[in-house]
Amino acid sequence: MRFMVLVPGSPESEAGVMPSTEALGEMTKYNEELARSGVMLAGEGLHPTSRGAKVRFDGSERTVIDGPFTEAKELVAGYWVWECASREEAIEWLKRAPFGGGVEIELRQIFEAEDFGEQLTPELRAANERLREQAAQN
Amino acid sequence: MSPSATHRAIDAVWRIESARLIAGLTRIVRDVAVAEDLAQDAFVAALEQWPESGIPDKPGAWLMATAKRRGIDALRRRVTLERKRELIGRELETLQQLDQPDLAARVEDVQDDVLRLIFMTCHPVLSGQARVALTLRLLGGLSTPEIARAFLVSEGTVAQRIVRAKRTLGEARVPFEVPGRDELAERLSAVLEVIYLVFNEGYAASAGAHWIRPALCKDALRLGRILAALMPREPEVNGLLALMEIQASRLRARVGPHGEPVLLADQDRARWDHLLVQRGLDGLRRAEKLSGALGPYTLQAAVAACHARARSVEETDWPRIVALYDALAALTGSPVVELNRAVAVTMAFGPESGLELVDSLADEPALRGYHLLPSVRGDVLVRLGRLAEAREEFERAAGLCHNQRERELLLARAVACGAHGPP
Repeated sequence: MRFMVLVPGSPESEAGVMPSTEALGEMTKYNEELARSGVMLAGEGLHPTSRGAKVRFDGSERTVIDGPFTEAKELVAGYWVWECASREEAIEWLKRAPFGGGVEIELRQIFEAEDFGEQLTPELRAANERLREQAAQN
Repeated sequence: MSPSATHRAIDAVWRIESARLIAGLTRIVRDVAVAEDLAQDAFVAALEQWPESGIPDKPGAWLMATAKRRGIDALRRRVTLERKRELIGRELETLQQLDQPDLAARVEDVQDDVLRLIFMTCHPVLSGQARVALTLRLLGGLSTPEIARAFLVSEGTVAQRIVRAKRTLGEARVPFEVPGRDELAERLSAVLEVIYLVFNEGYAASAGAHWIRPALCKDALRLGRILAALMPREPEVNGLLALMEIQASRLRARVGPHGEPVLLADQDRARWDHLLVQRGLDGLRRAEKLSGALGPYTLQAAVAACHARARSVEETDWPRIVALYDALAALTGSPVVELNRAVAVTMAFGPESGLELVDSLADEPALRGYHLLPSVRGDVLVRLGRLAEAREEFERAAGLCHNQRERELLLARAVACGAHGPP
């Protein structure tokens, strides 16, 4: 099973302030432990929302809203992709992450083709995955 | 938390902690069988206590402390008062080590222990089957029934294999260590062989009703990832992981809606897992950068990468694949590699050249009874338009094949060659 862990932003991450050496060291240690247990497939940090944008959809109208965005705690600042045998294993790993201060980290299972069941016909499935392939090659 | 939820959580802790726990205990008690027993005792204690007390903050440290306490109790029981004066040497040392706090505190030590355990469970003193069973059990955290199901043998057989393997390691006094420079290459290749064997049994099951068993591939991938994190400078460790990731990327395209095998040429490449492809290509680059001359796994990963990069069979860089198989054949001298090379030659330079190569392998003793020899020959004959002969080859291949799904595919290919027998 694949999981995505969504790490929320903070005023510091939004201000582009790098974490302290100590915090970075702890996170590196944690990442190494994930890697040495064969769990980590991917993980990246995101730039502050000041370098991002939103596109608002209204009928046929498209409005581009430039960052930064407010409500830092609802913004995503980074993510991991993990391969675990169960939801419980993913939770157990997440509990070990070096966070504090009341922060809440969200864990979500990634859809894999077999999860869609009957809703996704073979044609739709193929079309979907072709798109994803093109995206990956771009 | 409900009792069943707690049990699932304890299982998850076990999956995360068991290898480190058993490895750390093996270092202390110097006997992998005793270490596993102590770890199991601690696990049972967790199953008894955690539903009441809740899962502790540091479950790994709790399990280690509990296992060590059980170890001390067991040793003390064995050493009666009269014998206490004779409590010397190894037992005393073990007792002292068990009594020390926080032995598992240093992450680096624990990781080294896991690596030592890998080299122990893959030791050449054990048979291939024993290595696989013991590695899956002690490092993969699989239960005996899970291993039995994976390899389609009885639980009793697996249990016996594991008990014997542990006894053999004890009797042979196999040291708990990472081998020195002089024997590292050979011992490492034994480790890689075990992991790839597990992977292959999942990727193309040699027997049974299913063509692939993804769970086994995942177990092998996990072991490969652990090893790559522990030995990041070893080119072939990276090469094997790259090979497995690229091959695994095709798993979901490798079976049709009814469980039937779908061969590489017929796969919908949009269904490949692109995260795994990317990881595989990255791993291959690392392996190539670290290598002098490319080793066998890195060469195979390079072949797999040629397929992964191609949008279709036609766009595949077949001449490069031929060159890679040339290098692999020179390295291994394996007739199976020669057979693969014949396929690539067919694609790169035409079926006449391919057939010549396949026919030169006809008397190869190592390929006698190997279903892919007639299967490849049938394939080449189809390309030459010699359908009646091709049909016979596919039928012969089906007769040699032990996997039900693959046999059905071969028979279907025979039928597709037309109803008429040889003139």
